[in-house]
Amino acid sequence: MAGRTSTPPQRESPAAGFLRAVSAVAWKDLAAEFRSRELFTAMLVFSLLVILIFNFALELDIRTREAVTAGVLWVTFAFAGTLGLNRSMSIEKDQASLDGLLLAPVDRSAIYFGKVLSNLTFMLIVEAIVLPVYSFLYNVNLLQPGLLLILLLGSIGYIVVGTLLAAMAVQSRTRDVMLPILLFPVVIPVLIAAVKASGGFLTGDDPVSIVPWLNLLIVYDVIFTSIAFMVFDYVVEE
Amino acid sequence: MPSLPRLSASEASMIEVTKLVKRFGTKTVLGGLDLEVRTGEFVALLGPNGAGKTTFLRILASLSHPSLGEVRVAGHRLPQQAAAVRARLGVVSHMPLLYGDLTAEENLRFYGRLYGIPRLAERIDDVLGLIGLDARRRDLVRTFSRGMQQRLAIGRAVLHDPDVMLFDEPHTGLDQDASAMLDTVLKSVAARGRTVVMTSHDLVRAEALASRFDVLSRGVIVASTTRRQLRGSNLLTFYKHSLAD
Repeated sequence: MAGRTSTPPQRESPAAGFLRAVSAVAWKDLAAEFRSRELFTAMLVFSLLVILIFNFALELDIRTREAVTAGVLWVTFAFAGTLGLNRSMSIEKDQASLDGLLLAPVDRSAIYFGKVLSNLTFMLIVEAIVLPVYSFLYNVNLLQPGLLLILLLGSIGYIVVGTLLAAMAVQSRTRDVMLPILLFPVVIPVLIAAVKASGGFLTGDDPVSIVPWLNLLIVYDVIFTSIAFMVFDYVVEE
Repeated sequence: MPSLPRLSASEASMIEVTKLVKRFGTKTVLGGLDLEVRTGEFVALLGPNGAGKTTFLRILASLSHPSLGEVRVAGHRLPQQAAAVRARLGVVSHMPLLYGDLTAEENLRFYGRLYGIPRLAERIDDVLGLIGLDARRRDLVRTFSRGMQQRLAIGRAVLHDPDVMLFDEPHTGLDQDASAMLDTVLKSVAARGRTVVMTSHDLVRAEALASRFDVLSRGVIVASTTRRQLRGSNLLTFYKHSLAD
């Protein structure tokens, strides 16, 4: 056996220790998902089915398509995201691995940010696949830098709140039902701002009219990231 | 075996619990529990279902807060100094706290990174050797038998070389062979000078492993004895008398 090494290296700064824990949790989630592909497959298949159904349900002219695209996209991502968030936390709860994480001598918000990082990665990968498919089906150009920025900001806001509430909902016996009930009322500002800003870009609105929605997204992301940082410890506490 | 560092006077008692009360709503699970565990002791915590054994272990592990009373582990107070306690604590429950979609080595690497263990690769090699899973290091944990998962769970818990080990009914769900293998690993862990608290319903195994036996009933310790005091008697008789009184 090696010598006694019970505490983290003493020269490591708190920030470095925090980042190490964040990256460890994110790496673990990504590596496990890379093997099982349970979460990612569910999110992707669901998203593709939704846009396919909308494609047949809404036989629209080109102008109307551009107007409804933002709504269809965000409905798709919001519901697919719920699947991913639920699965991401239930994996920890079902195998009681959450206790293993909580036993680590790290700031518990590091666990939260690790989870946010992995959930956001899954969501962005799904978006990266869905966007070209949607562009092809609806004949709408979605690969615009402004729109991609809104997708990023909206996804961050959604995942930041969703991860926190998934950690809360997973304690409940009715967690699968509980998460959407808790989540959607809280993310309404994100979804409205994201739909309005995305729609503005797609229909070629004046950029000045889009800026307030962008600001709302940024403010929401900052506020809820701060709140989650402060309360995650209490959420996972028995 | 490595030599243990010199302990301060306050650390001669590795665990000190005074008048510990834990309530869930109106239900009192621990009703003023007192316990002291000295450095290097192997304590078996016995008692019927619902006695409060798991709740007590969860409080020691900083996974649950006491309602009243004082708890010190390795000289640190709970829950105020929980992070310092967690750095010196290894926990094994009947759930392995592992990830089935990662290999044995990846599980240990993940926990090693979380604990900030230096020279992690070497340490993982040591631990896999200790628990006898070196040959299966690249296999997914979900392909492991229950016994192998429990051995890896012990590997996870000793990875950061903690001073205190908590085992919550580690033999649950194991067959005889797997239990015997687990006993070997537990003895090896205890032989390295760690302080161990283990809850168990299996009096035969507890008697073979522990140096002290405390009986918990209705949230308090009702009797305590040591292996030396037991000589000429057996643990089952002591246990039955303790609960009958």
